[in-house]
Amino acid sequence: MAQAHADADKYYIPHSSPWPIYGSITLFTLMSGAIATLDGWLPAYALIPGFVMLALLFVFWFHTVIAENQAGIYNMAVDRSFRMGMMWFIFSEVMFFAAFFGALFYARNFSVPWLAGDGVKIFSKLLLWNNYDGVWPTNGPGVVGGKADGTFEIVPALGLPALNTAILLTSSVTVTIAHHALLTGHRGRLKIFLALTFLLGFTFVGFQAFEYHEAYTELGLRLGTGIYGSTFFMLTGFHGMHVTVGAIMLTVIWFRVMKGHFTPKRHFGFEAVAWYWHFVDVVWLGLFTFVYWL
Amino acid sequence: MAYAQANDTAHHDDHHDQPATGIKRWLFATNHKDIGTMYLVFSLIMFFIGGAMAMVIRAELFQPGLQLVDPVLFNQLTTNHALVMIFGAVMPAFVGLANWMIPMQIGAPDMALPRMNNFSFWILPFAFTLLLSTFLVPGGAAAGGWTLYPPLSLQTGDSFPMLIFAIHMMGISSIMGAINVIVTIMNMRAPGMNLLRMPLFTWSWLITAYLLIAVMPVLAGAVTMLLTDHFFGTSFFNAAGGGDPIMFEHIFWFFGHPEVYIMVLPAFGIISEILPTFSRKPLFGATSMIYAIASIAFLSFIVWGHHMFVDGMPLAAQLFYMMSTMLIAVPTGVKVFNWTATMWRGSLSFEPPMLFALAFLFLFSIGGFSGLMLAIVPADFQYNQTYFVVAHFHYVLVPGAIFGIMAGVYYWLPKWTGHMYNMTLAKAHFWLSAIFVNVLFFPQHFLGLAGMPRRIPDYAVQFTDWNMVSSIGGFFFGASQILFAIVVVQCARGGKKATSIVWEGTHPTGLEWTLPSPAPYHSFSTAPEIP
Repeated sequence: MAQAHADADKYYIPHSSPWPIYGSITLFTLMSGAIATLDGWLPAYALIPGFVMLALLFVFWFHTVIAENQAGIYNMAVDRSFRMGMMWFIFSEVMFFAAFFGALFYARNFSVPWLAGDGVKIFSKLLLWNNYDGVWPTNGPGVVGGKADGTFEIVPALGLPALNTAILLTSSVTVTIAHHALLTGHRGRLKIFLALTFLLGFTFVGFQAFEYHEAYTELGLRLGTGIYGSTFFMLTGFHGMHVTVGAIMLTVIWFRVMKGHFTPKRHFGFEAVAWYWHFVDVVWLGLFTFVYWL
Repeated sequence: MAYAQANDTAHHDDHHDQPATGIKRWLFATNHKDIGTMYLVFSLIMFFIGGAMAMVIRAELFQPGLQLVDPVLFNQLTTNHALVMIFGAVMPAFVGLANWMIPMQIGAPDMALPRMNNFSFWILPFAFTLLLSTFLVPGGAAAGGWTLYPPLSLQTGDSFPMLIFAIHMMGISSIMGAINVIVTIMNMRAPGMNLLRMPLFTWSWLITAYLLIAVMPVLAGAVTMLLTDHFFGTSFFNAAGGGDPIMFEHIFWFFGHPEVYIMVLPAFGIISEILPTFSRKPLFGATSMIYAIASIAFLSFIVWGHHMFVDGMPLAAQLFYMMSTMLIAVPTGVKVFNWTATMWRGSLSFEPPMLFALAFLFLFSIGGFSGLMLAIVPADFQYNQTYFVVAHFHYVLVPGAIFGIMAGVYYWLPKWTGHMYNMTLAKAHFWLSAIFVNVLFFPQHFLGLAGMPRRIPDYAVQFTDWNMVSSIGGFFFGASQILFAIVVVQCARGGKKATSIVWEGTHPTGLEWTLPSPAPYHSFSTAPEIP
């Protein structure tokens, strides 16, 4: 994209780019590694090439985009395209989480009460699961997973999860302060509060890992602990992955700030990451309310 | 604001205005026309692969008893025929048309996010390599139907993760393609191209893209739950653990029903472009057409339960899904009425795109009517899982979606290649397709009403006659599609020069007709004046 020029009047269209096809090969490699691992054809090392290629993909592709951006060849129209693209990407992420929240609500409002003989389903109780009372949290009438006796404990909302809520909410405040500092040109404050944000993010992930360890070793709460374990770990797990990715994104942005990138007027990269961070924050509030608390 | 290709300036008057040469042009493409072409070619290849599976299915069903394939392979073929046709043929064809036409219709230089555009295309060949190689691994391909209902789908062999990850890749591709379409339409319109002046094809794609972004992630979630149930011991669809296999159907059809409209709304848009041109009249009720598409899209989110009437659903839910489904007939009726009114007292001529558009109008309506029959709960109790359902969705997908795509290709092909195609051959293709698609699918209504179940390789002898008729229709329909490939290839290689308006004697609306044929490599380097 060296042939690009700095005429900000024109909508920039790259002439040609190797990263998309490289990205497709990366995805294929990653998926093939996962398939080979899951089917037991190869040990889990088969995943390594895909992940290495993925990391390189991000480095290469973002390097190109950041270099183009620093060269000033993106005009406001390109900037708008990026913004809209990011918003719709976040919307697609919201819908992905909606599927898992839907599963949680369906289990709590329909499948578990039905298994316990709610309404016209009384016969399934009489014939199949006579002793099942369907009280949430549950690992089902078949007592799937849990400790040796089939029981399990849940993570109380008012412990680590409440602390994690405070951490994420605080990080949302710090990223907003950083944004305002960027808008008003206070680079020092920007650096500090952005660093604070990703540190809080990684702290969250650390606490989450500790909580998972407790759940697996002490509480008998595992991915395979019936529907409660399934929804708990899939929802918090995907959220934790998103927090990790978001914190890495914040770190990258922080390094860019340290290099002097972003101006009060032009800082799409910063804003995109901030939006993403608010998105994981909002998802967490849903998780805290419906998974841990209620 | 002036738009331009990055290289399209006086001080860069080198070869960059021209496409790159060789394989790099395609591998590293960022041009919307190149990417659109790749999408369309890919979709045609998938159409023939999926079609070949259908030919085996129809050959097996030519007479009762087991002739050609064993039942397991038969089930694998029905499952993968659907997956290939839906995700490989129909959806990429529409994305290809979107890539070609949306920048030209809104006066833009290209798609808004060209690199992501190429990424979303190149994922597809890899995804389908995965999907098609499921036939080669121990346990064979998925055989539980394209809807992947657990617990049956969880019994798939080694190909199970291949199937799931192939679907993930298709989803990633679709979401990126849809984001690109929305951003292009919202951000790249030429000055003066306000939303209500936008051509109907672009409008239909704007709404389709919204549907795609809303539901593809839900499908990804559903198949992820299948994957973890299979490999990591989760209990989403396991009643013993407190889950419910029916829950999968809810999540799947929350995706699946909007998906149905994803496959037909762009066809609505294409038909709304073609009928006015060859009727030499403006589209009747153009604004109401837009509202109708939007209403259909909205309703598509609240009707999914009609796929599951026999699952043991509360009566109130059955009534809700029945009523909301029948409500879709209202905006669809508006569209059919407006298309008909567009032709009323028009000066009609019957070029190949018009022929396909007319066939669409009649035959899609048949599919719509059988859909209304299926929406009625007590009637659905009888039709469910019979060939009537097969007939219904093939009527909306083949003479609906596929004819819409073919109409679009025949309409815009001269604009793309700069050559007119062989009209005689194209008309032959139309008549053979239109006749044999009915020979193929209409008898399946009778078979279903008489009680023949779907997804079986063998059947009771009383169903023989209509199955033979259907198979004969299928073979001729399949063979006549070769004509389509011939017409397209011939047209790409040469032929009578097309003018910029292509369809002489008509007044097609839309900015694409202000460009020369073939359209220049970069559609609108500077934003056009909107008349």
